[in-house]
Amino acid sequence: MTIASSTQFICFVALSAAVAIGALGVVLLPNIVYSAFLLGGVFLSVAGLYLLLNASFVAAAQILVYVGAVNVLILFAIMLVNKKENLAAIPGLALRRVLSGAVCAGLFALLLRVAFSTPWATPGPVPLGDEATIRIGEHLFSDYLLPFELASVLLLMAMIGAIVLARRDVFASDIVTGEPADQGLIEKSRTPLLLEKPN
Amino acid sequence: MVIAPAVVSPGLDLESSFTQLLQGFGLSPGAAHLLWLPLPMLLVLVAAVVGVLVNVWLERKISAAVQQRIGPEYAGALGILQPMADGLKLLFKEDIIPARADGLLFTLGPVLVLVPVILSWLVVPFGQHLLISNVGVGIFLWISLSSIQPIGLLMAGYASNNKYSLLGGLRAAAQSISYEIPLALAVLAIVMMSNSLSTVDIVNQQTGAGILSWNIWRQPVGFLIFWICALAECERLPFDLPEAEEELVAGYQTEYSGMKFALFYLGSYINLVLSALLVAVLYLGGWGFPLPVEWIVGLTGQSVDAPLVQVITATTGIVMTVLKAYLLVFFAILLRWTVPRVRIDQLLDLGWKFLLPIALVNLLVTAGLKLAFPAFFGG
Repeated sequence: MTIASSTQFICFVALSAAVAIGALGVVLLPNIVYSAFLLGGVFLSVAGLYLLLNASFVAAAQILVYVGAVNVLILFAIMLVNKKENLAAIPGLALRRVLSGAVCAGLFALLLRVAFSTPWATPGPVPLGDEATIRIGEHLFSDYLLPFELASVLLLMAMIGAIVLARRDVFASDIVTGEPADQGLIEKSRTPLLLEKPN
Repeated sequence: MVIAPAVVSPGLDLESSFTQLLQGFGLSPGAAHLLWLPLPMLLVLVAAVVGVLVNVWLERKISAAVQQRIGPEYAGALGILQPMADGLKLLFKEDIIPARADGLLFTLGPVLVLVPVILSWLVVPFGQHLLISNVGVGIFLWISLSSIQPIGLLMAGYASNNKYSLLGGLRAAAQSISYEIPLALAVLAIVMMSNSLSTVDIVNQQTGAGILSWNIWRQPVGFLIFWICALAECERLPFDLPEAEEELVAGYQTEYSGMKFALFYLGSYINLVLSALLVAVLYLGGWGFPLPVEWIVGLTGQSVDAPLVQVITATTGIVMTVLKAYLLVFFAILLRWTVPRVRIDQLLDLGWKFLLPIALVNLLVTAGLKLAFPAFFGG
């Protein structure tokens, strides 16, 4: 075994262990803040696995999107509503845990069966290395154009929805309680966008 | 390592000289490469830390000059040893973890802030072969690594169990998310012109006509957007809201002392030097001399590939990169001591309502100019 391949093997084992243990921690830890931080660790380890596969662009994109945006927003949301409260005990918690554990074990067995019965092409196709960035761009603008555009339209819809939900002054009444919204409480520089002020 | 295009002179390649020397002693190529690997990393780590020491001294001296004081004077000539004294003081201070704080996250926070910043030095080129690794995704790697930092800041803010720390952490995360987008768009315009994400290719695209071929003339708007966003990402003064003293004590660093505080301090200064270096690489021609080096060498009648000429051009390259970066650091320090801090709503307005649309328009105009004048804007 050469130095390069043994380094690669050690990295692979360490990263895979980090992904597996981290993911278990995300699900099993009772403290939601720890779960969120561990999720960031899992995303980083997955980026490391991409690097081992010579997909450096995908690795960097994984860090930028999942660690830098998704995970930071999750943490942001958790910390903004970080209230210490004791949740009411759920009846039959033990049974629920056993059931969900069984479902997960079944899924795991299924995935193992697929992993062992699929004829994997080893060694896989030759990695493109730095050419990959160009190839990804070509694919996004030719045969993957429709999924790419659909995903961007979906993101636009989500963004508009978020703005409408956040700007309560576009509704005359509170969408949760149904009471007329107190327009005086809402800080705004101009009149409501869509509706007249309730008298 | 990527082989340089034929038009550009190969320059000094220390790696190949070093490995050839070791192979001359009878080592295998793999072992020679293994012995080479830690050397540039150590060198860059030392350079980053020395850069911070210089930076702290500059900050103290320039702030003193701005306020008509003398500044540090007794520690060494012109107080040049003052940053060492500061560092040693922090090293020997007691390391305190507050009683109700979360010890593990409290320790991990500063580490997560510092490590991505140091990792980003991987892509900073000081010459054709004078960088740790010419990775293909170069500048994109820096953008994605700098997005890890807010997690460390949120972690530090949360673990301190202090409302000022938490507010500081949240502000830092909000600020760095908002300014990352115009920053990435400004970089994208450069990448579009040089057809590559690699920092070495970006600099090579700016050589040829000396100072006239630098990107700042082709991307003046992008340069301003990048500089403003880089200051915001470094939390330098017009945008230092996460640690605004009058409002938040010291933001996410409030509960920290000793070496953990020093890690934050080190991280922010390394980040400032790194941002200045990247502005120099992206807009000011990197290691390029204001006059084309090939032209000057041609005047003296020497060959570009002569060993002595190579050493001289490589040294000029390093000096030019550092000079440009420290000129920008000087401007950053001067800005810090002359302009007031913006409010949080002004900060977010500037990021989302001004810089983002301008950056998008800049990208569109660059694309149009590239199609119209491929000779000047990269074919």
